[in-house]
Amino acid sequence: MDLLIFQVPILMVQASLDGILLGILFALIAYGMALQWGVMNIINIAQGELVILGGYIAYFMYVAGIHPAFGVIVSPIIMYFVGWSLYKTIIFRVVDRDLFISILATFGISILTQQLMNFIFGSDVVVAQSNFGTTFLFNYMVTLPNAKIFAAGVSIIFAIFLVIYMKKSKLGRAIRATAQNARAAKILGVDTERVYAATFGINAALCGVAGSLIAITFTLHPYVGLPYTVRSFMIVIIAGLGNLPGVALSGMGLGVFEEFADYILGTEFRIGSVFLLLVLILVYRRFKLSRKREYLK
Amino acid sequence: MIKNKLFIYLLILAFGLAVPYLFPAYKLQISILWILIILSLTWDVQGGQMGYNTFGNILFFGLGMYLCSSIQIGLFFPLAEWTASGGEKTFVHTPTQYFQGFFVGLILAGIIPALVAAFIGYGILGLRGHYFAICTLGLAIAAGEIAGGIELIGAGQGMTSPPWPKGIGDTELRSEFFYYICFALMICTFLFLRWAYQTRFGLVLNAIRDNEDKAEAMGIYTMRYKITGWVVSAFFVGIAGGLMGNMIGYIEPVETAFAGRTFGVYMVIMAILGGKGTLWGPVIGATAFHVFKEGFWTFFLGWQYVALGALIVVVVVFFPEGIMGWLREKYPERFGEVIDEADRKAQVELK
Repeated sequence: MDLLIFQVPILMVQASLDGILLGILFALIAYGMALQWGVMNIINIAQGELVILGGYIAYFMYVAGIHPAFGVIVSPIIMYFVGWSLYKTIIFRVVDRDLFISILATFGISILTQQLMNFIFGSDVVVAQSNFGTTFLFNYMVTLPNAKIFAAGVSIIFAIFLVIYMKKSKLGRAIRATAQNARAAKILGVDTERVYAATFGINAALCGVAGSLIAITFTLHPYVGLPYTVRSFMIVIIAGLGNLPGVALSGMGLGVFEEFADYILGTEFRIGSVFLLLVLILVYRRFKLSRKREYLK
Repeated sequence: MIKNKLFIYLLILAFGLAVPYLFPAYKLQISILWILIILSLTWDVQGGQMGYNTFGNILFFGLGMYLCSSIQIGLFFPLAEWTASGGEKTFVHTPTQYFQGFFVGLILAGIIPALVAAFIGYGILGLRGHYFAICTLGLAIAAGEIAGGIELIGAGQGMTSPPWPKGIGDTELRSEFFYYICFALMICTFLFLRWAYQTRFGLVLNAIRDNEDKAEAMGIYTMRYKITGWVVSAFFVGIAGGLMGNMIGYIEPVETAFAGRTFGVYMVIMAILGGKGTLWGPVIGATAFHVFKEGFWTFFLGWQYVALGALIVVVVVFFPEGIMGWLREKYPERFGEVIDEADRKAQVELK
């Protein structure tokens, strides 16, 4: 093999570190998806669009002269209300319906958001400069932008904060109760409508955090939302619902996979390899489950 | 009743045959309508009759499109040089070469996607519910991304399909030729599915939709039927893709071939708009959608896709039964349902 990555093994270190930092970001998005999937039993295809929308908030702060890193505070607040109003207008009509209806409805929202963003923000690829500088490791062989390290750190802080919030607060308890059994929670006086709206809002806020971090570390474009949806879906199905360390680990694994695919197959196949991996994982899962079903028989 | 139905069929047939002379300016639009009807009819085999909501049928569309054009070119000329030359045509097909290539390409564009469907079907059709939907979505997008990376078929720039050969007629003849092939394919698809739904095959598909585990417990090898259904869809969609590629003359991986954002969404929304799970629903839905699209798209001026997204949300949330479902609710007698008047009155009183 005359691939660069095998000739210069230090690139593997580079790819792994990049992948891990990237994967932590993915895990944050996936955490939001797992939350709403577990609580509302909805798969939100518009997840990636919410991420990109959150990213644009950080970008416009950057355009207005504010440091984009503050986006991680502003963006989730705005996105919480975006998510909440999305629930109040559309999602609450599909929560109890057939699963495919919710998938299609969020798919429609995804197209709608994509195109609105394309219209309002323009179809250029944009990036918010953070000017955080770069860290060099191993005698200048491995370069890590500080923005990526910052992004990973912020993601971890938000994830920990959310876990504590879910454990300790009243709303968190209500959300967990609704996830376990919505009917029983309702009988015991939990306002499930409010819980659903809050869950969707929290998910959107997490997307907002992740989006503003993506704005400073990577690039934004109205049409790149769907890969984020698929990545988070993939992470959730590998890890399982409600398995937080699993989400973090499989997020990192996915990040590393992507970086290696980027080096080995070439950048043009990067997104394709992500989608193909999704198909392979689902098919693998199907064969594993079918074997289990045969045991049961 | 039977006479009535035959009359409708004959009317559609006469309309279809007469279109090139009645509305010569709209030939291309109506050819695309036939293609859209094929897409929504075949989507309905999975989405409506079988209850497997796929986003991935566009995979076969793109596959057929690329295959047909590649075969048409590759039979006579080196494919790599053709795509490398981009828009400038360095090779010219003679009429015989063109039609030979066209028909061979079209047939293979049906058969190879069908084989692909059979091959991947065992793995993918075992998935249920939303896993299946998202898996097929991933499959279609992966195919588009991968096709965009292959140099031989023009990578991200796409390739041109062979132009109409010189010396046998002008573009009028070309559009008439494609029009009639599209129409014939639509008729074939419709009649085939109409026949298939009346057989045991159709019953099994509906049984799978209603309760797959129960159907399996009754001793039906559901997997075989599911794969057969997908193969049928893939066959017709592949041919439609091959036709479409030739008709528009230019193949681009993400915008025309694996066009998840246009045709991939259209086929779902058309079938749901018309009423999924019925034979006529997709046809009506496709017609209504196409008329709406062509008639009002220009008013939106750039906001088309915004309108499309909004349309999906509105149809799915407020109108999931579609036009046929609505008609059925309104006039149940026409659908052969017997209504017990006393029972209906009692129910109304209960409400």
